Amino acid sequence: MPLTDSLREDILASVPSLRAFAISLSGNGDRADDLVQETLLRALANIDSFQPGSNLAAWLFTILRNLFRSDYRKRRREVEDADGSYAKTLKTQPAQSAHLEFEEFRAALDKLPQDQREALILVGASGFSYEDAAAICGCAVGTIKSRVNRARSKLSALLYVDGAEDFGPDETVRAVIGGSGG
Amino acid sequence: MKEVKSQANKNPAPGKQGGLNAEIQSRIGHQLRAMYDDVVRQGVPDRFADLIRKLDLPEAETQTGNGNDTRDGKHQ
Repeated sequence: MPLTDSLREDILASVPSLRAFAISLSGNGDRADDLVQETLLRALANIDSFQPGSNLAAWLFTILRNLFRSDYRKRRREVEDADGSYAKTLKTQPAQSAHLEFEEFRAALDKLPQDQREALILVGASGFSYEDAAAICGCAVGTIKSRVNRARSKLSALLYVDGAEDFGPDETVRAVIGGSGG
Repeated sequence: MKEVKSQANKNPAPGKQGGLNAEIQSRIGHQLRAMYDDVVRQGVPDRFADLIRKLDLPEAETQTGNGNDTRDGKHQ
């Protein structure tokens, strides 16, 4: 459809969540904004292929996601710059007490396989339905569900279970064996 | 089609561990949204507002301004 004023407004209104998606995916603010810019240019250039009445946000997210993927392949060999660079992009720094937890969360998120990370963000943060997320990622709904579940399990293992193990089985087992063995 | 509620909270934890797992999952969901919403709240940077406005102008007007530099929406 042609680029009407209202469509332009809708695209503009999607920019904040596109940026959030890009930053969540890439972990790098500068790169994220480049991705958003590229997404907007591509969307505007191909606006004729947008179906009026369909989900504009999903359409834009699809473009960004595909750009990120091709960009990611290109940059694979470059040094990852995930640590700290994300936090610097935030205007409001997380409260000091929460800061460490936030960094840990970010680091854990970066450890997820890309398929799982994007599925989790789309469903858990962007608020897309499983159906929309599946359309954005070009896969089946069931695949999205299982990626989201695996992402959640892995995050909880990275963030919570690993820590708990420090005081877990080893100590307990040793105490039990030591106590009864006498 | 349009159930954009919070599946994150409601999604039953993948079976196995019950209570603790559900609590952890809700913390993860909360952290994820906090990270995301922090960026959303930053709104639309000028760079993108300019870009969208500029590309929306009829061609003639765009060209009177600064050639056909459509790649970079910044004025510094």
